[in-house]
Amino acid sequence: MKKLINSVDAVVTDTLRGIAAAHPSLRVDVENKVIYRADAPHQGKVGLVSGGGSGHEPLHGGFVGYGMLDAACPGEVFTSPVPDQMIEASKGVDGGAGVLHIVKNYTGDVLNFEMAAELCADEGIEVASVLVNDDVAVQDSLYTAGRRGTGATLFVEKIAGALAETGAPLAEVARVAKEVNERSRSFGVALTAGTVPAAGRPTFELPDTEIELGIGIHGEPGRTRTSHREAREIARLALDAIDDDVALSGDTLVLLNGMGGTPLMELYIVYAEVAAYLEEKGARAVRSLVGNYVTSLDMQGFSVSVCRLTDELTRLWDAPVETPGLRWGR
Amino acid sequence: MDTSFFLAWINAIATAVQAERDHLTQLDAAIGDADHGANLDRGFAAVRQALTDAPPQTPGAVLTAAGSALIRKVGGASGPLYGTAFRQMGRSLGDAAEITPEALAAGLEAALAGIQKLGGAAEGDKTLVDALAPAVRALGRAVQDGTKLTDALAATEAAAQEGARATVPLEARKGRASYLGPRSVGHEDPGAASTVLIFAALREAAGQA
Repeated sequence: MKKLINSVDAVVTDTLRGIAAAHPSLRVDVENKVIYRADAPHQGKVGLVSGGGSGHEPLHGGFVGYGMLDAACPGEVFTSPVPDQMIEASKGVDGGAGVLHIVKNYTGDVLNFEMAAELCADEGIEVASVLVNDDVAVQDSLYTAGRRGTGATLFVEKIAGALAETGAPLAEVARVAKEVNERSRSFGVALTAGTVPAAGRPTFELPDTEIELGIGIHGEPGRTRTSHREAREIARLALDAIDDDVALSGDTLVLLNGMGGTPLMELYIVYAEVAAYLEEKGARAVRSLVGNYVTSLDMQGFSVSVCRLTDELTRLWDAPVETPGLRWGR
Repeated sequence: MDTSFFLAWINAIATAVQAERDHLTQLDAAIGDADHGANLDRGFAAVRQALTDAPPQTPGAVLTAAGSALIRKVGGASGPLYGTAFRQMGRSLGDAAEITPEALAAGLEAALAGIQKLGGAAEGDKTLVDALAPAVRALGRAVQDGTKLTDALAATEAAAQEGARATVPLEARKGRASYLGPRSVGHEDPGAASTVLIFAALREAAGQA
């Protein structure tokens, strides 16, 4: 498998060097692996820190900037970062109003962020955490690791970031972050698996005639495999899964997210079907985003995330944002 | 068992993880995210470095330092879980310069308890606990029976191996493989497989001592 890399072991640091060179609005600590807003910390503003494995770019580093995250901690490819990174990041963005950790629900991410939050408390930094678990493909139960955090992470980071920018206190920012997560659902479909540089070959093999339903963002296989079919039917499979979990209605925010290896053209083809489906259900996509935002290396496929909006959430979504991966209104 | 015994153990783990790196990653590719070998290899390389930079003076300190390095360097779930295991075991050994088989067994019990408290996994969830728990029990029994240490550790390794093999037909209920539901059946759990390496290394260290 051909990859544009210098060496397998330097993938993450070389990515960080590139981000640092390309985005003067960011301060990148390559050694400790933390990406900061160049102007952090902001006195009196809640600091937003997220992080997770690399390979999902632009998540999370591409969402650092005005109106979104204050810092991001990239782990190795598909591996959660370590507590030292979150502690360093939290110290760097704490402007006295506390720090919100936005954590995707994976065992590794949860354990490392928990350890970091405890150690931050020891150092006198107030930390609140919000867990993102929007993926309906996973059955939620007390006896499993629970639902995964996927596309809705972008919604949480954007909307909580907008509220933090207004000077809202930590408890409020955490509340809105939780509300966004609770109102959001996602489902993913893969046409091919991605290739982790260290593994050198696709994580799973999919024949030309089959697709994988309910995939996560780490190249882990999904729950079921089915025959490949028209975009219309695939979009329907994904949205049925969401609608079965929580009925789609009212005004919604929709992310039609590419997994990294699918042309934008195909994402728009799927999006047309998503919009039609919502209309059929009496729901409306009043805000939308189509593109590669929460990727899984070079996986082909998409995920669709739907957030049922309130007036407050719509207003915060529309608020100005200026990050490498998302920018409007400023 | 003295400090050099425990250093030999950790070194043997690092060597085994390096040798089995691709195998562990392949196991993980089947039901996880294809990085277990790479992560543990990076972690134990960091452990070796930490033990060289600041050589610990007691068996307990060796394990505590190893655990801290794993927590700091590995990431994922395996970093905090294995890291906590070694730290709890190190704490259990205390300041003693010489570790009896009884203390070793108690230390491994503390390691198991630490992992279960942090990760919440029980036996049968298709995790490393499925190899660790039977190994800890086997060592406890052998020590109680007064079995010679090398034989006791051979029985411990065998129990871990059997436990890891027994994860194949299980459906995962914890960790990343749990997302596959019934499709996780038919694959060995990568964490259980790496736990076997840890006990193989322990037996090896005892053989050299």
